[in-house]
Amino acid sequence: MDFTIAAFLIQDGLTSGAIYALLGLALVLVFSVTRVIFIPQGEFVAYGAMTLSLLDSGKFPATATLLLVFGVLAFLLDLWDNRARLNAPVLLRNVGLNLVLPGVIYTLALVLAPMQAGPFVKALLTIVIIAPMGLYIYRIAYKPLADASVLVLLIVSVGVHLAMMGLGLVFFGAEGLRARPLSTGSFSLGFLPISAQSLWIYGSTIAIIVGLYLFFEKTLLGKALRATAVNRLGARLVGVRTQLTGVTAFVLAATVGAISGILIGPITTIYYDTGFIIGLKGFVAAIIGGLASFPITAIAAIGVGIVESFTSFYASAFKEIIVFSLIIPVLIWLSITVSVHEDE
Amino acid sequence: MSDRLLRVENLHVSYGKAEVLHGISLAMKPGSIVAVIGANGAGKTTMLNAIMGLIPSRGSIEYDGAPVPRSIEARVAAGLCLVPEKRELFSSMSVEDNIMLGGFLRSPSERAEIQADVYQRFPRLAERRKQLAGTLSGGERQMLALARALMSKPRLLLLDEPSLGLAPKIVIDILNIVAELRNTGVSILLVEQNARAALEIADEGYLVELGEVRKSGPAAELAVDPALMEGYLGRNA
Repeated sequence: MDFTIAAFLIQDGLTSGAIYALLGLALVLVFSVTRVIFIPQGEFVAYGAMTLSLLDSGKFPATATLLLVFGVLAFLLDLWDNRARLNAPVLLRNVGLNLVLPGVIYTLALVLAPMQAGPFVKALLTIVIIAPMGLYIYRIAYKPLADASVLVLLIVSVGVHLAMMGLGLVFFGAEGLRARPLSTGSFSLGFLPISAQSLWIYGSTIAIIVGLYLFFEKTLLGKALRATAVNRLGARLVGVRTQLTGVTAFVLAATVGAISGILIGPITTIYYDTGFIIGLKGFVAAIIGGLASFPITAIAAIGVGIVESFTSFYASAFKEIIVFSLIIPVLIWLSITVSVHEDE
Repeated sequence: MSDRLLRVENLHVSYGKAEVLHGISLAMKPGSIVAVIGANGAGKTTMLNAIMGLIPSRGSIEYDGAPVPRSIEARVAAGLCLVPEKRELFSSMSVEDNIMLGGFLRSPSERAEIQADVYQRFPRLAERRKQLAGTLSGGERQMLALARALMSKPRLLLLDEPSLGLAPKIVIDILNIVAELRNTGVSILLVEQNARAALEIADEGYLVELGEVRKSGPAAELAVDPALMEGYLGRNA
């Protein structure tokens, strides 16, 4: 191997590592706040990428319809939950959040999709369609089980993942889709050509990490999320509602997932089931971070990306095996060093 | 306004099939300290948890003349606040963040106001505001738990064993702070194993044994009750 190949591989690894970092951070965020191991995070990425590529070709994104379906489901569940105390404010809030919000987004997509707006409008519309899905998925699948064990929540996650993947197949079909880059063109750093898209990936990843840091360190809601992660009972005793932190974590995760999809859509073809394997790689990073540490997760994700790119060069047949084997020594290490873990 | 801030009637709590509270009744006047004493496992903590809404219960709990709100959050918003036995602080967060989160349901201006007040009351915490809560000493942690509770602007504080695991000198400090809080209009339901110290600052007392109220009355009377002295206060009272 010469230096040129190594440089290419490192660049490639950094690009996918940045995407895995976003996934890993979202997984850590959701787990620490809600104790949900959020397997469907990858689906948000696939949904985001496919929504963007449909918008690119001027088609109406099926995800907007899906959002409407989720909203109606959440509406019915809220209605059932509040059947005993159905007053005007409760009903109004339910209608606004679960029917009007997705309705407005649906209409927006209907109007904007054929207009072939600029890439940033499309990217923004993609985020607006995907982000509220976090809210509805939390409401439909997890809220009724907020106090269940980690294992039960994991089983629910598997169910949500299978459902979302199946819905992806129904709504997008089995064909792969590829989005247009946010900006085309590239420049070279010495001998190494760098595409504008990969710069977008690095920039967005860094911006999201900084944004999350500021949110958790500087805002009261961010601190409430951290407090919930540190001590759930303590957080409830100061009046932090489990539902508030849960919804916030899921909407943040869906937003980060949509952005990941927008970033990765133009560099690889995305199928309805691509999300899972990307999600698992983010999961490897999150496990290395002990499902708790944001910085270790981000660094581990870059490592996963680089290991992946080098192994696909040297031993492409064993690429996935090697990447997923990375967690074995980590698990052994954690099982030796971490004696007692919070087990509710 | 009601003449009773808290009225608990016939409170039953079961863990699975085992009933641990068998119909406890208790009433508190606004601005008073009520001490609940009793041995380990008598059901005192269970009673506080039920009043706070952490565990399901049967019977009636009236707060300020109306049934207590359903959710814990609504109870906190209405001025009920529990300081649990294990404090339940946010150990990997700073003292300042712990205190700030105590006022989660209050407006930013209210929060700033109460915060200044709380730091004045606990100068030790003001000195340590950047320190992580997990690195505080036992006494400081209890102070932080009290400070965090005060941030919610409580009208009724439920204190579960505030003296647990603390040095005798610090126990006196903490109980003095509790007695001072009453003078600011906060009512306190104090669960304590340290019966003598609790009855000293309380207006009224309840003795709970095996999930039932065995005795109740003015704290000064209970403190000299011969039967109580035998079991909980030590002979040479």
